[in-house]
Amino acid sequence: MKLEMKDSPGQLVAALKPMSEVGGNIIAVIHQREPDLDDDTLNVQIVLDLPEGRLERLVALLKEQGVHIQRIGEERLLYKRTVILIGHLMHTDLSDTVDQIDSTGFAEVCELAMSMPAVHERSTSRITIKAVSKHDMEAALAILRRVSIQKSLLLIEPLEEIA
Amino acid sequence: MMKVALIGLGSVGKGVAGVIARKDLGITITGIADSKSGCVEPDGLDIANLLLNKSRNGYCGDREISAADVIKKADYDALVEVTPTNALTGEPAIGYIKTALIRKKHVVTSNKGPIALAYKELHALALKNGVALRYEATVAGAVPVMHTLEHGLAGNEILALYGVLNGTCNYILTRMADEGLTYEQALMEAREMGYAEADPTYDVQGIDAAIKLVILANTIWGNSIGLNDVDRTGIDLLTPDALRLAEDEGCTIRLIAEAIPRKHILRVSPRILEKNHPLVVDGTLNALTLETDMAKEITLIGRGAGSTETASAIIGDLLFIQDRYVQRT
Repeated sequence: MKLEMKDSPGQLVAALKPMSEVGGNIIAVIHQREPDLDDDTLNVQIVLDLPEGRLERLVALLKEQGVHIQRIGEERLLYKRTVILIGHLMHTDLSDTVDQIDSTGFAEVCELAMSMPAVHERSTSRITIKAVSKHDMEAALAILRRVSIQKSLLLIEPLEEIA
Repeated sequence: MMKVALIGLGSVGKGVAGVIARKDLGITITGIADSKSGCVEPDGLDIANLLLNKSRNGYCGDREISAADVIKKADYDALVEVTPTNALTGEPAIGYIKTALIRKKHVVTSNKGPIALAYKELHALALKNGVALRYEATVAGAVPVMHTLEHGLAGNEILALYGVLNGTCNYILTRMADEGLTYEQALMEAREMGYAEADPTYDVQGIDAAIKLVILANTIWGNSIGLNDVDRTGIDLLTPDALRLAEDEGCTIRLIAEAIPRKHILRVSPRILEKNHPLVVDGTLNALTLETDMAKEITLIGRGAGSTETASAIIGDLLFIQDRYVQRT
């Protein structure tokens, strides 16, 4: 993420602290003074690994510190959920099933593993979905639930983290 | 001495009778009945002899004396009702329990039918008559779920619960995951081990787990829900590939009963869980996570079935009643 903060003593440390507080692992800090920028602001780029679901909290903490977030890398914003689908997946048009998620614009199937034991037997697939927010993920799973009922597929969802 | 009438001499009834005979708990059995016979002795029955008779000729007592006779006429403080669960009508157990409550007798039961179907009515009847109705053994066997809710977590608001409440399903899923068995193979093995009934529908389609969820929800939130309010999916359509695909991600599949009132969720369904999740227990074990406002998450794990294990829950209820009511009078 790219941050903008006041160029005064202690500011960088104050910005880094929330990152460890939310369980993040800082991989790189790129700190360059740009000559055409006003003297009192500092631009910093930080690469970090964050446990799933902590980003919103980090953003809030940084705002409290008076740090302005210029940009957050796309990848880091994604929520991932893995589900398993069992049934006649090919006969019920698996690509349509996947497309129902992909066509939403806010969620997509990013990984699919498949096992087809015999022509007339039910097949099993593991599908990983990415979505931009928790709310969007819920919406994507709701679509999948509806499609599963329509196509008589058994949908196995993950047990949500205890909230 | 607390006097007890014991109705039902199957696996659980024998377990209870055996423990009362073996341990010095201050409990004596003054009336007993199985499905075909009964006997009454105000000074206390000779349990060892009675169990011997039962194993020899199939009757525990006099064929002229019925369970209803014992409940109506015997001299006892608490009725222990451990007849088989009838999930459709709850009878004849509901009738037995009502008769005892009206006689101002405490009731302890392991029978899920009456508690799932008629909790509100039975609970009100117990209150009206100033006696206890306790049913620790109905959910998760030996695991003291009700005592934990009632005492250990007293004053907490229960926000959600998640549980592995059916040992048969958990055994089948454990074997499918560990040995790559098909559902049919694992079910057959469960039958051979005595963990599954000849008709496994009740277990594998999640009905048993749903009934326990209904009992828990009604106990905690008093919302008078029924079996039809539970969104239910069983494990009978799971493939070995599903467990393998979960395993590849460090996960496995378990049948989870969950209730989250704020989200209007009441559901029994197979779910993907990380293998180190506290609810991933092996074999026939049961587990229950309670999410509360003060204590946060509490997970209880233990044996969900078995003769002596279930007797443990019933004895716990009886001794609670003895402490709370009988000794004072």
